[in-house]
Amino acid sequence: MSALLEITGISKQYPGVLANDNISLTVSAGEVVALLGENGAGKSTLLKAVFGLVKPDSGEIKIGGEPIIFGDTAGIIARGVGMVHQHFQLVPVMTVAENIILGDEPKSGLFINMKAARAEIIALSKRYGLEVDPDAVIEDLPVGMQQRVEILKALRKDVKLLILDEPTAVLTPQEIDELLGVIRNLANSGVGIVLITHKLHEVMAVADRVVVLRGGKLIGTTSPKETDEAGLAQMMVGRSVVLQVNRTEAKRGGVVLEVKGLQVRDDRKILSVKGVDLSLHKGEILGIAGVEGNGQREFVEAICGMRHREAGEVIINGVATKDMHPHSAHEAGISHIPEDREKHGLVSSYSIADNLILNQFDQEPFAKGWIRNLGEISKNAISMVEKFDIRTPSAFNTAGSLSGGNKQKVVVARELSEDLPVLIAAQPTRGVDVGSIEFIHNQLLSARDKGAAVLLVSAELDEILSLSDRIAVMSGGKIVAIVDSKGADRNYIGRLMAGLDK
Amino acid sequence: MVGIMCERTGIVNIGIEGTLLLSSFVAFYVAIAAKSILIGFLAAMATGVAMSLLLALMSVTWKMDQIIAGTILNILATGLTSFFYIQGNMLPSMFKQKPIPGLSNLPFFGDVLFKHGLLMYLGFVVIITLYYGLFHTPWGLRTRAVGEHPSSADTAGVSVSRMRYVNVAVAGAIGGLCGSYLVLELVGSWNRGFTAGKGFTALALMIFGRWNPMGALAAAMFFGLAQAGANQLMINGTVNIPPQFVGILPYVMTIIVLAISAGKVRPPAAEGQPYEKGQS
Repeated sequence: MSALLEITGISKQYPGVLANDNISLTVSAGEVVALLGENGAGKSTLLKAVFGLVKPDSGEIKIGGEPIIFGDTAGIIARGVGMVHQHFQLVPVMTVAENIILGDEPKSGLFINMKAARAEIIALSKRYGLEVDPDAVIEDLPVGMQQRVEILKALRKDVKLLILDEPTAVLTPQEIDELLGVIRNLANSGVGIVLITHKLHEVMAVADRVVVLRGGKLIGTTSPKETDEAGLAQMMVGRSVVLQVNRTEAKRGGVVLEVKGLQVRDDRKILSVKGVDLSLHKGEILGIAGVEGNGQREFVEAICGMRHREAGEVIINGVATKDMHPHSAHEAGISHIPEDREKHGLVSSYSIADNLILNQFDQEPFAKGWIRNLGEISKNAISMVEKFDIRTPSAFNTAGSLSGGNKQKVVVARELSEDLPVLIAAQPTRGVDVGSIEFIHNQLLSARDKGAAVLLVSAELDEILSLSDRIAVMSGGKIVAIVDSKGADRNYIGRLMAGLDK
Repeated sequence: MVGIMCERTGIVNIGIEGTLLLSSFVAFYVAIAAKSILIGFLAAMATGVAMSLLLALMSVTWKMDQIIAGTILNILATGLTSFFYIQGNMLPSMFKQKPIPGLSNLPFFGDVLFKHGLLMYLGFVVIITLYYGLFHTPWGLRTRAVGEHPSSADTAGVSVSRMRYVNVAVAGAIGGLCGSYLVLELVGSWNRGFTAGKGFTALALMIFGRWNPMGALAAAMFFGLAQAGANQLMINGTVNIPPQFVGILPYVMTIIVLAISAGKVRPPAAEGQPYEKGQS
């Protein structure tokens, strides 16, 4: 096996952060190398350097034995390097075919030969078993499909080295299994693969070799044969991580949040929550398990006042909240960790300090009348950054400059800072590294122990099982069962999620 | 058309007015000095390109706010033309109407489409070329990608800044064509503030036409109809209102139509935003 990619001594300094510190790494043909590391450990920077998108301060990158030139992305692609980016690089308003051929279009004369493009894409998707509709418009497709398009886009260029940056962060369990199969097949056909992920069981399932980064440094190389998930987690974080949550018995109190006959439509105006009744008690975590797209998102948004309720009521401590009125939901006592932190959780261009008080910006001590109290805001920010371990050079950098896990910590810190009676956490650990997951889980549990009623919505069944006191399974827009988490059967819940059992 | 070229590639060109003004001015005086309207026309194209390159330099290379960059072009053009303006010159000749034989005898369409001068025909060619170019060629696909989601284009190996430079420059040439049409074919003389907001009207037409060349053409015809209607009203004196109000009619109609359609149209997503490599 020859080395496809050789990285020698790469360093990259950003203002306030040494993102890569003298990293060396090789990848050979037919091998799956997993690149592990906490958020902000320097993985994305390293890969952008490989692609000529980031100019390293020192070191050399060779592809197929030849050094690369910074900025020569086209040349690097031509040498058979493909990348599936964490944030999809797809033009939302264009079709699948247009996105795939962009940059290297089949022509007839001066014009694009769309017929040839379509035929090529269909042949390509058949060859790799990744079916797509070439004429579908990207923004209408579910994320799993969009990712397929990304992968096909990379494969079309006859890749020898495929880099996948957190490809499973937004996928459902079934889609993940499919993807891991595709990765394995590609490796068997001789493609070298670099996989970046936070999910340790995926690494264990598919990787030949695991390379761990921490704080910009290469910590070590290992393989799934030599270690286990706990060992990997320890390498990543630098201390032992408790993957199993230590949960004490819940002290359940009275009903805080009551949902009665809730019906909600989704973006396509289809009824996706079809009459849900649910009551949430003080001091418990109620987990909502379910395959994504079974109405969970719409359910949460309707409770929080972000989506119109077709029918039904949301009652908090005996008072009905207004429809389509997030402020009234917040006043009534709901804090909300939204599913999409970029869209609903943060204002990227605001500082971390301002993001930390978005829910209380007009209240004492952060404001007095019309005037903001900047001193209190920064004092609060500095203590929150410390307490929630938000990794940033300063509390006054923009929220947009943070890595995913640290963004999530900002949202969690803000939503927990008020100690409201109800906490709704939607996918609270999506795209977050193991160290941060442990931290966020403990925060949710301590909120519960302080008496909050916590509603946890997650696509990760393991997360639901380990945190929840009660588990509600949502399928087809309905709660199909509510079970006590004590002695809950994983397989039974899995079947309920798939809509098999009644 | 200028606006579509620029905005599809992600650059807001509010300086169209200035480009029209300066290029029509250059067309007029160069044509007089060289005693050739053809040379005047070429000089106007060059002026348009130069103005555009200035815009590209400011907004692509220096990553300036594009509204400000465009406003600078407008002020620059107004200043230069006012300063160098001399009254009482005459053009050596004008581009004459050349009806296309046969086609120009068609009822209605003959008059509308086939009884024009050379520059107007060129304009039609530009519209059609641009339409096919944008939607059916690799260049168009890349241009739209750069305007919608530049990082996608960049990762696919398409140079964002090169696309923007080239497109803005070509747009400038079209602006020059338009400026010279106004002075060398339509009016035949030049005075201060000659273009009278036509550049801004063009921006409105672009939005109304949904960033589509054919749409913009339809929008322009609608606007032209309104103007013609206003002129008719004035000439006939059928209604007894001050002519100033009648003159406003096309502009008012533009505002109303834009206000109605504005909510439904979607501009290229990345317009107005400088592109920083490595950003996602």
